[in-house]
Amino acid sequence: MSLSLSPTNAISAVPAENSKIAPIIHLSAVGKRFGKNQVLANIDLDVHHSEVVCLIGPSGSGKSTLLRCMAFLEEYDDGEIHIEGRLLGWEIDDRGHRKHAGRNRLNQARRNLGIVFQQFNLWPHMTALGNVTEALVRVRRLPRQEAEKKAMKALDKVGLSEKAKEYPARLSGGQQQRVAIARALAMEPKIMLFDEPTSALDPELVGEVLAVMKQLAQEGMTMVVVTHEMGFAAQVADSVVFLDQGSIVTRGTPNEVFRDTNHPRLRQFLQNYLDRNAFWHTTPEKTS
Amino acid sequence: MTFDLSIITANAGAIWNAFLVTIYTWLAGSVLGLMAGLLIAALMLFGGRPLQLLLRVFIELVRGTPFLVILFLVYYGGPSFGLRLGAMTAGVLCIAFYSSVYFAEIFRSGFAAVPRGQLEAGECLGLGRLQLLWRVQLPQMLVLILPAIFNMLTILCKETAVLSIITVPELTAVLTGIGTRTFTFIETLLVLCIAYLLLIEITSRAGRWLEHRVGIYLQR
Repeated sequence: MSLSLSPTNAISAVPAENSKIAPIIHLSAVGKRFGKNQVLANIDLDVHHSEVVCLIGPSGSGKSTLLRCMAFLEEYDDGEIHIEGRLLGWEIDDRGHRKHAGRNRLNQARRNLGIVFQQFNLWPHMTALGNVTEALVRVRRLPRQEAEKKAMKALDKVGLSEKAKEYPARLSGGQQQRVAIARALAMEPKIMLFDEPTSALDPELVGEVLAVMKQLAQEGMTMVVVTHEMGFAAQVADSVVFLDQGSIVTRGTPNEVFRDTNHPRLRQFLQNYLDRNAFWHTTPEKTS
Repeated sequence: MTFDLSIITANAGAIWNAFLVTIYTWLAGSVLGLMAGLLIAALMLFGGRPLQLLLRVFIELVRGTPFLVILFLVYYGGPSFGLRLGAMTAGVLCIAFYSSVYFAEIFRSGFAAVPRGQLEAGECLGLGRLQLLWRVQLPQMLVLILPAIFNMLTILCKETAVLSIITVPELTAVLTGIGTRTFTFIETLLVLCIAYLLLIEITSRAGRWLEHRVGIYLQR
């Protein structure tokens, strides 16, 4: 694979006819409470095949919780989440009440999902290869040899096949996160969910992870990404969703959200990023 | 003062057998205790609230009872409710019973030390609860709990001396027996101390070696 860091043009928008067919992820009126604290309210969101959706917003806005709900790592209290048309995590019984879906049902829905976490969550006692192979052997029931071949392919895709035998402790943060991506990819998911995949990384290591994600997007992977990397969102996303205080404030193409918006809360949020990057313009004047 | 080691060489066969009995009761009891402890810890992890509470009470009860009292309850009290055990069996079972709650607490602390996120990652990949326990939690917690486990093993090694009271023919029973019969207390007690010291030294060395072995992945 190539890990070119050169900026690519924004991925072409989702073909128009695509929006007519059923979305691969469908959220309607999703709500979530932690105790009395309403962390998500009335979230409607559709993600279509091959679409890249970035969730942005201040911390505490509920974007990570929303992503975790999409994998049912958090139980949502209201509304419905459908993955490929199947209700996620809940079952409706005869009387119309909902109860927890069984393990099997939940796992079936999750089969379509690959999830990448902020803290990588690699298993430190297994090598990179071991991490990627584990679920192929124990969940997919592949013979070890076949599983390892598949795992090597996934590691190759993230540019780490030569690190296959290393334990996570010997890899950099960026490499660890790429192994985590390979681990998810090896299961051949239709959708990849990323929960702030670069937030735990040194700034210098962010690029290599984003490059892998960019390539995935170009290959047509459906992706939902919680991120603070506005540059990535601007270049790669088909649509950007801005959340604040548990609600979707606005959703649009990167252009609409980053340039044309007049929404005061979003303006204020984006201004932070402009301020933080202000050195780009001011430093040369001061040194001269 | 006399110091005559010939009494030891004269009884070498009996002492060697007692040494083996000590090792047997200690190791058999400990292995059973480890398995029971793991089971208790796992039940506390996956079981519902009532089961957790029940096991909590059980742990506190056993921890609050001296080993000697447990031994008396099982060996002398047992027959009154139909539990007739040989001294050796009673000894092994009591060590297992007594140690299981301590091992359970050690395992419980180990489970808690593996980050939740690692389990979430496994869940999302479709791994089951037991697979995660076996493949993700146990190997990692082993590094953390090995020192505590080996510490408990050395304590149990010395607790086997208490079994002499219910006539198990282990080191303490046999050597103090020889001592009282022949009035050679210094010689017999010296050998007794050396025997325990030897067992414990070997145990802690094995522990350190194992800690190093299973912790290899942590090296940068």
